[in-house]
Amino acid sequence: MNNLFVYCEIEDGAVAEVSLELLTKGRKLADSLKCKLEAVVLGSNLQGIEKQLFPYGVDVLHVADDPRLYPYQTLPHTSVVVKLFEAEKPQIALMGATSIGRDLGPRVSSALHSGLTADCTSLEIGDHEDKKAGVTYKDLLYQIRPAFGGNIIATIINPDCRPQMATVREGVMKKEILDENYKGEVKYLDVNQFVSPEEFVVEIIERHIEQSKVNLKGAPIIVAGGYGVGSRENFSLLYELAEVLGGEVGASRAAVDAGYAGHERQIGQTGITVRPKLYIACGISGQIQHRAGMEESAQIIAINTDPEAPINAIADYVITGDVAEVIPKMIRYYRKNTK
Amino acid sequence: MRGLKIIVLAKQVPDTRNVGKDAMKADGTVNRAALPAIFNPEDLNALEQALWIKDNIPGTTITLLTMGPGRAADIIREGMFRGADDGVLLSDRAFAGSDTLATSYALSQAIRRIGEFDIIIAGRQAIDGDTAQVGPQVAEKLKIPQLTYVEEIKSVDESRIVVKRRLERGVEQAACNLPLVLTVNGTAAECRARNARLLMKYKHARTVSEMQSANEDYLHLYNDRPYLNITEWSVNDIESDPSQLGLNGSPTKVKKIDNVVLQAKESRMISSSDEDIEELMVELISSHAIG
Repeated sequence: MNNLFVYCEIEDGAVAEVSLELLTKGRKLADSLKCKLEAVVLGSNLQGIEKQLFPYGVDVLHVADDPRLYPYQTLPHTSVVVKLFEAEKPQIALMGATSIGRDLGPRVSSALHSGLTADCTSLEIGDHEDKKAGVTYKDLLYQIRPAFGGNIIATIINPDCRPQMATVREGVMKKEILDENYKGEVKYLDVNQFVSPEEFVVEIIERHIEQSKVNLKGAPIIVAGGYGVGSRENFSLLYELAEVLGGEVGASRAAVDAGYAGHERQIGQTGITVRPKLYIACGISGQIQHRAGMEESAQIIAINTDPEAPINAIADYVITGDVAEVIPKMIRYYRKNTK
Repeated sequence: MRGLKIIVLAKQVPDTRNVGKDAMKADGTVNRAALPAIFNPEDLNALEQALWIKDNIPGTTITLLTMGPGRAADIIREGMFRGADDGVLLSDRAFAGSDTLATSYALSQAIRRIGEFDIIIAGRQAIDGDTAQVGPQVAEKLKIPQLTYVEEIKSVDESRIVVKRRLERGVEQAACNLPLVLTVNGTAAECRARNARLLMKYKHARTVSEMQSANEDYLHLYNDRPYLNITEWSVNDIESDPSQLGLNGSPTKVKKIDNVVLQAKESRMISSSDEDIEELMVELISSHAIG
């Protein structure tokens, strides 16, 4: 009872990356809370799924295996998770901030009247003293995230309601196997006890899921562009530089909103988090939401016309100049010196 | 086919995308007054979907529901200029400090007061929080299904809707019976512009609170033209459990707020001259950062 739960997503028989990242973080949090790490997985044909999960330190795995539970549907998944949580009373529940987790999380929190913090960039355990009420809360989950346009960092807590729920984007936490031979316990749920047939109200007519062609997380070099790149045409320079250097192209949210690049390239708190060897930030001002997704890069080059841009403060090299002028020069002198 | 009754959930938000230098006060708190208040962008996408249904199913009505301070009546008027039929402003100090859960509770109680509806449409998320929680939380409180991340309505009639959903790695076409909640993505069609005729018709629309400070010359209008009265509800106008409202009804609390402190690295300044760029590239190649 009162353990830490991670809702694990399944796509084509494989556990989603973000779920494995959350299990890694969850294991550490569970250790400091001295509680168990439990995982819950819903889907179809899940025999053997524990082999993918136990190495991350899962103590108890709850499996709801039913052909109707894949692909994901809101109401049946909500029912299973809500009823399981009512029985097991987790103290913490984590989900990926994906199109599934962000659809499911709010429903579950609304049903259980528990607090949910979206898109956390850090999770820690700590105490809280409510001086007015004269109460001290031990071992709460600190849910930390940038807020209000990135001008502040907020630490959110849920003192009284359980579970303490949080969603986290893919790539924010690091995935790490704890022990290949870790052994947990599998509990199969009797799905009909959790879901009634009327809850399958949504009919999925068609589904096209593609493996993303953009591999930002695995790219050693990322050339990322912001609103300051100025146009789609200028953005093509970034693709050229990325190709020459053997890297991938990323974008800030402002650049995605402006239509310079697709959503799958968005880096930052509401996009993907990356840790490349080299990050070249072109025309990116560097608001906290963007920095949250790239500041652990080994080396950062900032190219910006504004010498006061916040990104410059975390850059190893600051090039003050116009992207359209600087990038062609970088390509030229890279080629000249590698021949 | 009968017309549908649609409720659009919308929020007035500070324009966090255009945060100027005076957005933060000297003590590190947010200077809300310095930020322009706008119609949350994805709620405009939501309104457009509602208007599209109204175009296609005669007799459809759109009610815009918002919770906020008195000035949030601005977005109800903005909605009316674009084709919403009426609006409800839910405004009371009792709602102050609401997190998403307390907000969704208040909104769902207001929806119960509005009464019958076929579809509730909201933007996916608001730019001041980016949580994407209120739509699904309202759906759960009303015990109705939801389709989130909607990019396009493929077909709709009085009993069933088919939509295209934009997921992070693809698209899905899904159907569901009414009533339900839709949340609409920013990738959906942009909201149409104001309509000149509707602008003239509704420009004097006011809530009760606003009327108290309105120009006396116009006061007779509100008796002659009932459509100029924007409904305004306080906490007393909806049935509610006080323990679920405002700060008390919010499970999440802000423990602390930190200013963003830039941990300045020692950076090397480089000009855009040929010599400087060449030197940089040579250095990166020799340190194996590239190449």
